[in-house]
Amino acid sequence: MSITMSMAESRPAPKELPRRRGPQVFGIPFNVFRAGVFLLGLFPLARWLVLGFTGGLTADPISFLIKSAGTWTLVVLLVTLAITPLRVITGQAGLVKVRRMAGLFTLFYASLHFMSYVWWDQWFSIPAIADDILKRPFILVGFLAFLALIPLGVTSTKGWVRRLGGMNWQRLHRLIYPIGALALLHLWWIRSGKNDFLDAGVYLGVLIALLGWRVWHAWRRRASIS
Amino acid sequence: AITPPGKNPSLPSKPNPAYSTKEQVTSYEDVTNYNNFYEFGTGKDDPAAYAGDFRTRPWTVAIEGEVQKPQTLGIEDLLKLAGMEERIYRLRCVEGWSMVIPWIGYPLAELIKRAEPTGKAKYVAFETAVQEDTMPGVRRAVLDWPYVEGLRMDEAMHPLTLLAFGLYGEVLPNQNGAPLRIVVPWKYGFKSVKSLVRIRFTEEEPPTSWVKSAAQEYGFYANVNPNVPHPRWSQATERRIGEDGFFSPKRETMLFNGYADEVASLYAGMDLKTNY
Repeated sequence: MSITMSMAESRPAPKELPRRRGPQVFGIPFNVFRAGVFLLGLFPLARWLVLGFTGGLTADPISFLIKSAGTWTLVVLLVTLAITPLRVITGQAGLVKVRRMAGLFTLFYASLHFMSYVWWDQWFSIPAIADDILKRPFILVGFLAFLALIPLGVTSTKGWVRRLGGMNWQRLHRLIYPIGALALLHLWWIRSGKNDFLDAGVYLGVLIALLGWRVWHAWRRRASIS
Repeated sequence: AITPPGKNPSLPSKPNPAYSTKEQVTSYEDVTNYNNFYEFGTGKDDPAAYAGDFRTRPWTVAIEGEVQKPQTLGIEDLLKLAGMEERIYRLRCVEGWSMVIPWIGYPLAELIKRAEPTGKAKYVAFETAVQEDTMPGVRRAVLDWPYVEGLRMDEAMHPLTLLAFGLYGEVLPNQNGAPLRIVVPWKYGFKSVKSLVRIRFTEEEPPTSWVKSAAQEYGFYANVNPNVPHPRWSQATERRIGEDGFFSPKRETMLFNGYADEVASLYAGMDLKTNY
């Protein structure tokens, strides 16, 4: 076992729980916490609507929305990847239960990013899209990242965890690491023409930190076992 | 007719219908709030937000290199050097969007003639001002400052190539390249240097900022050409700002941005795919 983040392993041993209260995350009742995370996940969508009604989508709203959906996809993906480290570091076991929601929000914004490209940039022309994918590596890696996200979304239900078995499910869902790398490469190549890597550099730093933590955590656990 | 928005001092001019498109003019709001002027930041809204402190007086333009009469001209003299014309040009950005802008200025050739270029002058390089205290963008090495672009002599002398001092009946807003700039309507926008301070005539093709930074993506010629894609996107179509929206496909980009009748002969026999 290498870099894993299964549900049970790092959960603190059950102590005497205060019976009166239900499960909590950071002292907040879990249902409230989950609703809060859900609303937070809708923030980018709400922001676009507000900007749309207040004339805030710039002179080129299409370009703005395509790029913004891409940016938020990457941000939500990084948030999703941050949940397990946050859970282990803070010991808030309930966090694992919002990980699926975060993952599905990643897929949601990736779908909006992809559809906005298909609609507004390519006007549904399949030959034009195919040509774009074959001709341009940055489109290809973005497309591959999006395709790879789909099976993760489909198999995110409890039923699919059972059907696949925990091990296979986990193996499949490790795809999120290459997906994150491809998504970042997609942005990096977009930025490369202008030699302006400020935002891409920040995302790269966060991705390295999140993956580095997993490597370090797995190594430490292995060391403590042997 | 163009209604001046009343944001800047007016700049009288005579319309030149022969060199003006009849297409719908892009709104003043969009023309002055959606700009690429990296000296003020790489965001499209950065120039409008941060160009307010930029100093446009006193202002001089140095003319040097392969000329009989190297000279430095003040903005007051430059404004009086030839009759101001209004020309409504299409502007095509290399990024795939376009506008229609009513510029005010006179042909750059008027200024060039005064300097009397020598027989060795084959190219012209243009340089944008650098004001470190008023241009937050130049603190970052996104490009090699000062911004330099260039043209071949015949391109620079072409009657379409404009030395612009205004738009929409008024003097240029800072974010659009005040107090004077170049406009080359058949080339991608980045060729048209803003806030011009230096013109240098050379025998060799001048090293331009974009060629130094990303030669594979932004070539020296940069003629608008739907048949030569950028490495990361097609140039076959474009989105007209303020017109092409959510429910219409992008419009087709025209060779030389629709100015082929006027300029195609400049490139006779040249392979536009290698000289992009």
